[in-house]
Amino acid sequence: MLNIAQPEEVTFSPELITRFNEIVTRYPEGKQKSALLPILHLVQAEFGWVSAPAMDKVAEYLHIKSIEVYEVATFYTMFFLKPLGKHVLEVCRTGPCCLVGAEKIMKYIEQKLGVKEGEVTPDGLFSWRGVECLAACGMGPVLQIGPEYKFHENLTEAKIDELIDSLRLTTADKPQIS
Amino acid sequence: MGRKLLLEHINVPGINTFDVYRQNGGYRALEKALKTMSSDDIVEEVKKSGLRGRGGAGFPTGMKWSFLAKPEGKARYLVCNADESEPGTFKDRYLMTYIPHLLVEGMIVSSFALGANTSYIYVRGEMMPQIRILEKAIAEAKAAGFLGKNILGSGFDHEVYVQPGGGAYICGEETALIESLEGKRGNPRIKPPFPAISGLYNCPTVVNNVETIAAVVPIVNDSGDEYAKLGIGRSTGTKLISASGNLNKPGVYEIELGVSVEEFIYSDEYCGGIANGKRLKAVVAGGSSVPILPANLILKTANGENRLMTYESLAEGGFATGTMLGSGGFVAFDEDQCIVRNTWNFSRFYHHESCGQCSPCREGTGWMEKVLHRLEYGHGKLSDIDLLVDVSKKIEGNTICPLGDAAAWPVASAIRHFRDEFEWHVTNPKEAMERNFGLAHYADPLPKPEPELSQN
Repeated sequence: MLNIAQPEEVTFSPELITRFNEIVTRYPEGKQKSALLPILHLVQAEFGWVSAPAMDKVAEYLHIKSIEVYEVATFYTMFFLKPLGKHVLEVCRTGPCCLVGAEKIMKYIEQKLGVKEGEVTPDGLFSWRGVECLAACGMGPVLQIGPEYKFHENLTEAKIDELIDSLRLTTADKPQIS
Repeated sequence: MGRKLLLEHINVPGINTFDVYRQNGGYRALEKALKTMSSDDIVEEVKKSGLRGRGGAGFPTGMKWSFLAKPEGKARYLVCNADESEPGTFKDRYLMTYIPHLLVEGMIVSSFALGANTSYIYVRGEMMPQIRILEKAIAEAKAAGFLGKNILGSGFDHEVYVQPGGGAYICGEETALIESLEGKRGNPRIKPPFPAISGLYNCPTVVNNVETIAAVVPIVNDSGDEYAKLGIGRSTGTKLISASGNLNKPGVYEIELGVSVEEFIYSDEYCGGIANGKRLKAVVAGGSSVPILPANLILKTANGENRLMTYESLAEGGFATGTMLGSGGFVAFDEDQCIVRNTWNFSRFYHHESCGQCSPCREGTGWMEKVLHRLEYGHGKLSDIDLLVDVSKKIEGNTICPLGDAAAWPVASAIRHFRDEFEWHVTNPKEAMERNFGLAHYADPLPKPEPELSQN
């Protein structure tokens, strides 16, 4: 977190705040901290990653200390603490997927995108990384792409080609960092 | 064909919607429970059913429910554990995707039995599509009057909420899940107090797996006694098995407990045999945490009896020659798979997922990963094998939660049953990088499986 350039300021839109407000109603009074994970997911979906100023804002909104947000955001692997590509391909790398070729798929993605795990392609469109078991072992190899976490199953090199090409075509967009 | 209780209507088009689910007998258990039964009646039926926790531990559900404290003026909670993360397990994803109302109905009936006015379904964050599916199902149930205030005039109020996790295997442990639901890191709590006394927001809480809660629906519909007629001995009812690895037909199967392992692997009703005409080398029968067994020991017990898919039969022989049913994550390895590589892979998983509270687990899982890495990549020493056994023994039983055991067992069992393959990696490092060890003496001893064999 310390070595990453952080935005000066982050603003949450009224729409986003409305969604936060709805989430908080799910818990008893005074237990609004329970909303932290769902809110961090919304923040990441909005900005592409979870920056320190965004975490401070979340803390302010939930009336908790910033450190309570930092310790959670750094514990859970789904939250990106630095900007990544617009599309992050997360490939399952755990045993059952490896039995059916996940390691080859990761190598192929690395070669196809020309960047190492956790890096961003020069056009800013893609990153990839290995993640632990995604609970889709019977459909392996699998990968997921946030923020919707759509699953791509029974992967082959041809399917990776098709997927990456189709993602390149979707260009409608909000900037990664605001 | 075995009897199906959970997936009976899974092939009905539109069963994921409220209307079709209802037309196929859905929400009958809810009506029966709220109109004709007391909460104690339901707990009694669940006890009679012999249902055991389907998340992995296999603890009797009725007993767990009866431990729930009921102090005056304090809320009680039911929390559904849908943090499915045990490698090899994907049954809950399947159930939530294709028949979400079964879980929603089970949540309402179980909450009524426990006297919980609010319940949460904690779904792992990666299952965002399933979270949306459940939210839709809950909204449909609410619109039909099955959620909210005074449901069906019973005086029972109930709301169900879906909570996303953040990507942490440890949150499948019930106290870590509760911590996470409170908006904290998923660090397991020291027990006692157990959640039944002090769980979510320090209130009495029951945490049950998705499949366990879904099973309450047929139990209430048909009675606990009927449910207990299925299965063998203390393994009653049906179980969802997630089959993966080198199988012709990987997928989720609902089995009646008591099907033989051989039939499960080789019959066309289930996995249809090993893929690409290869032979079976090993099986992890209940999710990555349970001991791996070579083909000969998974098909037959050390006494030569057919191994059955039950809690007892899979555990026959203890850890020396047996394993566990666990979560039902059934991973098959063909003759080309490397046991050392897979053991390294699993160790990396547990190292990555250790929450870091207990030193034996935090440090030990990392040491095991490192040592296994050097064995797999040709830099190992023979003494490394005993070192691994030693480290695994020092993790086991010395941690707050079962993650330590879960990390230790796969390593200890792989060495117990495949020691020669580990030694071969040390003595033939170059060769080990180029080809796999193969089947050796623990190979599937059976000739080409014939259908009549499975009738035994």
